[in-house]
Amino acid sequence: MRNFGFTTTKSRTIDYEKIDTRLISYILQNEPSFNACLSCGSCTAICSAGNLTSFNIRKLSLQIRLGDIENTKLEIDKCMLCGKCLLECPRGINTRNVIMLIKKGLNIIDKNEI
Amino acid sequence: MIDVLIIGGGIAGIETACSLQDLGYETVIVEKERTIGGHLNNWDTLFPTHRPASEVLEYYTEETRKRALTIYLNTYVTSIIKLDDGTFEVNTSRDVIFHSKTVVIASGYSLFNAERKEEYGYKIYDNVLTSADLEKKLKTLNGEFKTPTDKVPEKIAFIHCVGSRDEKSGNHYCSKLCCVTAVKQAIHMKQICPQADIFCCYMDLRMYGPGFEEMYREAQEKYHIQFIRGRLSEVGENADGTLQLKVEDTLAARPSKIKVDMLVLMVGMESPQSTALFKETCGLQCAPNRFIQPNDHHIGSNKTNIDGLFTAGTSIGPMSIFDTINHAKASAITIKNYLSRN
Amino acid sequence: MENYFILPFTLGMITLFVILFIKYGLWIARLSHIDKLRIIQCIFTRRTWDAIVESVMEGLLHRSIFKRNPLLGYMHMSLAFGWFLLIVVGHIEGFLCYGTFANAPWIPIFFQYFVHYQFPGERIMTNLMDFLLLFILSGVLLAYFKRLNSKIFGIKKTTKLKPFDKMAMIALWFIFPLRLFAESATAALYGNGGFLTNSVANLFILIHVTPTMESILWWAYSISLGLFFVGMPFSRYMHILTEVLFIFLRHYGIKLKKQFNSYSRIQVYSCSRCGVCIDVCQMHVANISNNQSVYILKNIRDQNLTDRKLYNCLLCGRCEQVCPVKINLNDLRISQRIRATKEYNSDYAFLQSLPNETPTTGKQPEVIYFAGCMTHMTPGIKKSIVKVLDKANVNYIFMDKEKGACCGRPLMLAGQYEAAKKLIDFNRKKILESGAPVLLVSCPICYKVFRDDYELGQITIKHHSEYFLELVEQGRISLKKSNSSIVYHDPCELGRGCNVYEQPRELLKKTGTLLSAKQEKVMSLCCSGSLGDLSLSMPDRNVIKAETLKVLLQKNPDVLATACPLCKKTFVKGVNIQVKDIAEIVANAME
Repeated sequence: MRNFGFTTTKSRTIDYEKIDTRLISYILQNEPSFNACLSCGSCTAICSAGNLTSFNIRKLSLQIRLGDIENTKLEIDKCMLCGKCLLECPRGINTRNVIMLIKKGLNIIDKNEI
Repeated sequence: MIDVLIIGGGIAGIETACSLQDLGYETVIVEKERTIGGHLNNWDTLFPTHRPASEVLEYYTEETRKRALTIYLNTYVTSIIKLDDGTFEVNTSRDVIFHSKTVVIASGYSLFNAERKEEYGYKIYDNVLTSADLEKKLKTLNGEFKTPTDKVPEKIAFIHCVGSRDEKSGNHYCSKLCCVTAVKQAIHMKQICPQADIFCCYMDLRMYGPGFEEMYREAQEKYHIQFIRGRLSEVGENADGTLQLKVEDTLAARPSKIKVDMLVLMVGMESPQSTALFKETCGLQCAPNRFIQPNDHHIGSNKTNIDGLFTAGTSIGPMSIFDTINHAKASAITIKNYLSRN
Repeated sequence: MENYFILPFTLGMITLFVILFIKYGLWIARLSHIDKLRIIQCIFTRRTWDAIVESVMEGLLHRSIFKRNPLLGYMHMSLAFGWFLLIVVGHIEGFLCYGTFANAPWIPIFFQYFVHYQFPGERIMTNLMDFLLLFILSGVLLAYFKRLNSKIFGIKKTTKLKPFDKMAMIALWFIFPLRLFAESATAALYGNGGFLTNSVANLFILIHVTPTMESILWWAYSISLGLFFVGMPFSRYMHILTEVLFIFLRHYGIKLKKQFNSYSRIQVYSCSRCGVCIDVCQMHVANISNNQSVYILKNIRDQNLTDRKLYNCLLCGRCEQVCPVKINLNDLRISQRIRATKEYNSDYAFLQSLPNETPTTGKQPEVIYFAGCMTHMTPGIKKSIVKVLDKANVNYIFMDKEKGACCGRPLMLAGQYEAAKKLIDFNRKKILESGAPVLLVSCPICYKVFRDDYELGQITIKHHSEYFLELVEQGRISLKKSNSSIVYHDPCELGRGCNVYEQPRELLKKTGTLLSAKQEKVMSLCCSGSLGDLSLSMPDRNVIKAETLKVLLQKNPDVLATACPLCKKTFVKGVNIQVKDIAEIVANAME
């Protein structure tokens, strides 16, 4: 590619037709409760990892829905799997399973298996 | 044989009795408490008009007296049995057995026990109240408002959806009225403690009724109440009795910490234990939210799965006072149709 | 020529021994160096004797299964012990006949065929052999019934079989009836039978049994033996001998490691699939009946374990308590989770940049208190602990009052071993630097990992129920007895996990009337909130919880007491009575 001396930034508009759905479909296939999130944020406020870092599980779940796999990779490793969010979630989402599925899903995507 | 036996002497029960009397039927009300009026006795003011609850209560007390309604106080129902001839036998705690052609369940609701949501610290930290506690406090307020630890509050937070929309509390449904009650109470607090900062932590604001949205706007514009979209997850107590709240401001996508002097938990409505008893003794059908299942959601909301057994008010789900009164009136007409047909 | 029928048996036996020799040889060779040293050190000690005793009690007599399910125990015992005696008595018979024990291995097996003449003690021996055969046949008959209808045994479900299992099982079913018929045919021809074979022989005489028929029956007997021997190492019957090996290694002090290794494999192959673990599993309440330990071990052998099954387990440990072979079922499952997730462990790099300073109290602290994630969700417990410590004038450090890392146990349960290690290192440093001699924890989940994986040296780890009892005994706090009735729920990680059963009960007895529950202590039910299970849905958890509560509340207690914040939080949404942690009860009862 020729260097024109400037770079274009990625569009900020969400294009719902071009979302990378590999990760979200993998999670939903194995943990349908993930769809029930109402973004109340209680998981994030109570999060032990969130107390120490910028980890925001609610935001992450939105990003996964929008197919942001790169950022998910950076963020997911902060979770300590302590289970507080599981106890707090008003919709009974199996959050610990979701985390493990994200980790495994990313691993599978890395290997180009999905 | 009584025409109609009404279980519950709250506004639903009294209104049903009044309307039925107007239609020419004889009723008997059974009330488990010492007085009529139900939860209204403990309420200070009503939304959306901030009118004193006592006004409504007085109206119904007066009606009861004027109409000489038959009421058995301090009496609770132990079983409802439908007999083969289609009439009902209702047993009570007082060795009185009623025989009636129809029965109306106007037993209302009970409030969510906030102790079950331990992370909010109710009955653990002194400065945590429920919305009902606050009403009682306001009703008996004499002089300056102070927190339970005797401080003039500088920061107050209202927490929406306590025991509502929460699988972990066993109540997955929306209690519908807590949102507007929180806004009403927030405005009230701001009026009596103008120096205080007031926060409302909500998941969704459901301002469904006439005048509700206007109240919300007023709360924002006139009273500067801060609405934070996030559900409270954990409360800690500082040495000075102030409370540390952990809430994510989901719109800012950042966790926030709020230090307050007083925390008010907007407790939701639950189906009372008596409903479970009725379910057991006469096979009454209940919805997954444990309230009574109306026979037809749209055109038969006063009917139940049992012919001759009717409902009025919040025994079928959370309802405001004006909805309750309308529902009670509708119940009277439904019963009239039933009685004149049989 | 007519003796060729011994060939299937002989070849089968040789195959079996060769395969076993290779398999066991490899397994033992792959044990860690330390474990091998342990074996060498212990081989000539009392431990070997203990192992022999246990091998007889469990491997042959199946005492543990007997205790749980007498009918099932009898079935296993008649087959194992009966067959063992048949071989032993067969050799004695050979000795009496030939005057030596050094007979060909097939002599005792086909004795009736070879010996038609009289020898000393012949009548007694023949009848004894007949009796043993009858004993085994009664077990075989029960095995037939069990396959047809496992409910007779009170077993909810029996395991499914793969081809080699089927082959070995069918062969096993035929061995003893065929032996009966073959011996009876010989008895019909030569009159050398005992009470059982002679009775069957009388029937055979009616249909004019010929030497050809006799030969066919002996061939069939030999073939079924041969098939069983060849199938055995590839079938579940591999457990018969592996269990003995496992018993010896266990007595030599070899412990199961977190990572799946040779010893784990030996444990996996020691499972007899008796099905006792299926029955105690609470998952049945939620109609989940494909993930019990016996199935997992089978899946490990067959290498077809799915994530669904692997992660859908409360890790409550009830199956481990009843396992007659004493397999470490929980840790075996965790080892599989470690294997499944080893490619994606976090390194928690952010821990490095955190201010890692331990709060101090100025004086030498008596105790460092770690509340853990769950206790922070139950302020009632946290406040009570602090209240008791203050009242008893304990000089303590509150390690995770503001910010704290998780203990690592939840990661461990999910198989994230390497990640857990990172948290363990982080916390361990803080604990050691505090200088406190006692680490106090209020969450059994933390307690378990502190005990098992932290290597804290001189520091003693105490759950608050243990520590508070000490405070009472030292007179530092005194408790007032009320007249409320209390039922105590043993949290899985505290009871079965760390063997703490009595201290909480002692404390509760000082504050009220302690009621017993139908299933308690080692057999206590799980509250269903366990972090061990990753995929169990909320509705299923609620069903299991309701069942547990039914058992606990049978005697209508005033208070349901527990010693775990997670159990408390799980129970509280399901009952109308008070649910209290032991810390809260103690704090309230203090004078």
